[in-house]
Amino acid sequence: MTSDTSKLGFYLLLAPIFLWLVLLIILPHIGLFMVSISEKIGPREYQTGFGNYATFFGEPLYWRTFARTAIMSILATALTLILGFPIAYYIAKLTRGRTKTTLFLMCMIPFWVSELVRTFGWMILLRETGVISTTLQSLGLISGPVELLYNDAAIMVGLVYTSILFMIVPLVTTLDSLDDSLIEAGYDLGGTTTSIMREIVIPHAMPGIVSGCIVVFMLSLGNYLTPILLGGKDSLWFTGMIYTQFITRFNWEFGSALGFLLLALSSAIVFLGLKMSRQSLSDTMGRT
Amino acid sequence: MKSTLVTSLVVATALAAPAANADTLRLLTWGGYAPEEVIAKFEAETGHTVEVTTSNNEEMIAKLRATNGGGFDLAQPSQDRITSAQEEFGIYKPMDMSKVNADLFIPSMLKATAGNTTFEGEVYGLPHVWGTSGLVVNTAQAGDVQDYTDLCDASVAGKVSYRLKRPTLIGFAYSMGLDPFAAYGDTAKYQDILNQVEAKLTDCKPNVKTYWGGGDEIKNLLRSGEVVASMAWDTGGWQLNADNPDITFVAPDSGALGWIDTFVLPARGRADDAAYDWINFVMRPDIAAMITNTAGNFTAAVDGDAGVSADLKARYQGSFDQSAIDNIKWYPPVPAGLEALEGATLDRINAAN
Repeated sequence: MTSDTSKLGFYLLLAPIFLWLVLLIILPHIGLFMVSISEKIGPREYQTGFGNYATFFGEPLYWRTFARTAIMSILATALTLILGFPIAYYIAKLTRGRTKTTLFLMCMIPFWVSELVRTFGWMILLRETGVISTTLQSLGLISGPVELLYNDAAIMVGLVYTSILFMIVPLVTTLDSLDDSLIEAGYDLGGTTTSIMREIVIPHAMPGIVSGCIVVFMLSLGNYLTPILLGGKDSLWFTGMIYTQFITRFNWEFGSALGFLLLALSSAIVFLGLKMSRQSLSDTMGRT
Repeated sequence: MKSTLVTSLVVATALAAPAANADTLRLLTWGGYAPEEVIAKFEAETGHTVEVTTSNNEEMIAKLRATNGGGFDLAQPSQDRITSAQEEFGIYKPMDMSKVNADLFIPSMLKATAGNTTFEGEVYGLPHVWGTSGLVVNTAQAGDVQDYTDLCDASVAGKVSYRLKRPTLIGFAYSMGLDPFAAYGDTAKYQDILNQVEAKLTDCKPNVKTYWGGGDEIKNLLRSGEVVASMAWDTGGWQLNADNPDITFVAPDSGALGWIDTFVLPARGRADDAAYDWINFVMRPDIAAMITNTAGNFTAAVDGDAGVSADLKARYQGSFDQSAIDNIKWYPPVPAGLEALEGATLDRINAAN
């Protein structure tokens, strides 16, 4: 009797996550896959085959765009880590009490407005008639207007800005759990700042670093707004390509294939990253 | 006795009038085609309520395709995009001409649109708003830009913008002395034209500041002076002209590209009567003028230009003399499958360095 009730309780608790997974993740993906393996041969005529996937690998344009997107996302992740780590270390280790809360809050405040508004903010700053360009001119540092928008650097700035919080939060959590006495012991034993960082702090923070990197990488790779709005005429982004196939080309079949490839290739990159950093997914996700 | 009769009559009318055919009209249209005051007037007169969703040609088709033509009761795609979408996806239903007051429409436009939107013997579209796309130029800084290919001139390097969409391909083709519309039926010939345009647009790429996406984006670029010449819609140019007299719409030498936005009924629309009521309402001359004053484009309504503001008429006449009007290239219906070729071309231009 008791086992029956506990079983019922177990299934009731399982139901929401199970429904979520099946209805919102698995079923749509099956549908997407079915669409992606149908090739269009004429109006309202389709046949089953892997032609859409063949197009992706056959036409350099598509996989080059994917490679470009992946490389820029990895670069954005690295930059976010380099910028985020000192901030997180400062918040977690060098501040106490109220200052700590205030600093943490200040990192979060920009995220209270939507991503669209933040991106428009960057457009106002970077454009030729924008804040930075006019300020530099009035200071006499440059003679004519300078265009900072519509290039890959602008995309990079936007990506780092939109995702840095997702790096800082896991880092602060893991660094917080590091006992200060370990660092002190390191100094007592004659360690230098560099060696303590390398031997004590970074190994301890590794799960946080990896989980932060996974989140930031996935957010950058799947970002649509920032690359479209800040990027220029050469700045192709893979998600923009998927949008184009679905909406302006009416080619859902190819768009679905691209969507699936994005899922598969990004998972492969994350898997490789975990292997290279010798972390397991359960470690990374379990400890933060 | 008499008072009872009167009361019952009043009650009956009060109940019957709005309840007889009060529906919710879900309208899928362009920004500016359903101004607030027009909706308020329509709701007061007919008792229907109107829900507006603004969109563009591609998104309209994509939205209707996702629901097999459901979710909306009336849509307004351009006339050249109707038969191919119907052939591929079957998202519309034919117009019942007996429910439309044909006297409100300019006969030549009604006939032309009917011809262009006939699929398997049935008419799907009625003309509503028409306009053109061509060049919007800051005449003080780029007065030499008179045709699409002038955008590739060194004098305007880095200060040019256009869209990476099919109108750009068509406009450049005409400007290069080709005739893309005549090649619509011949895939090989059309591909040849696309290849030439691709080479031209790839060469032209260093001149471009950015490819614009939305109407507000290009207006901002022109208003701030960051862009001095671009391909854009006539209304955008006229709106900017109101703020800065130097900027205006220029009908290109090789001809502006003319479009007509239509009324079509989505296949699974639920409020057809309300849709016909809306069509017959907005085509009235007084309402058509209200729409022209907000959208900036003229309509297919008889006498629809009578109530249009004098400023707008002056700007229109400034951009179009009679020969420019005669030279407008009207989009014929796009054959199904042509857009796949254009898409591949646009992707290659976008990726070219």
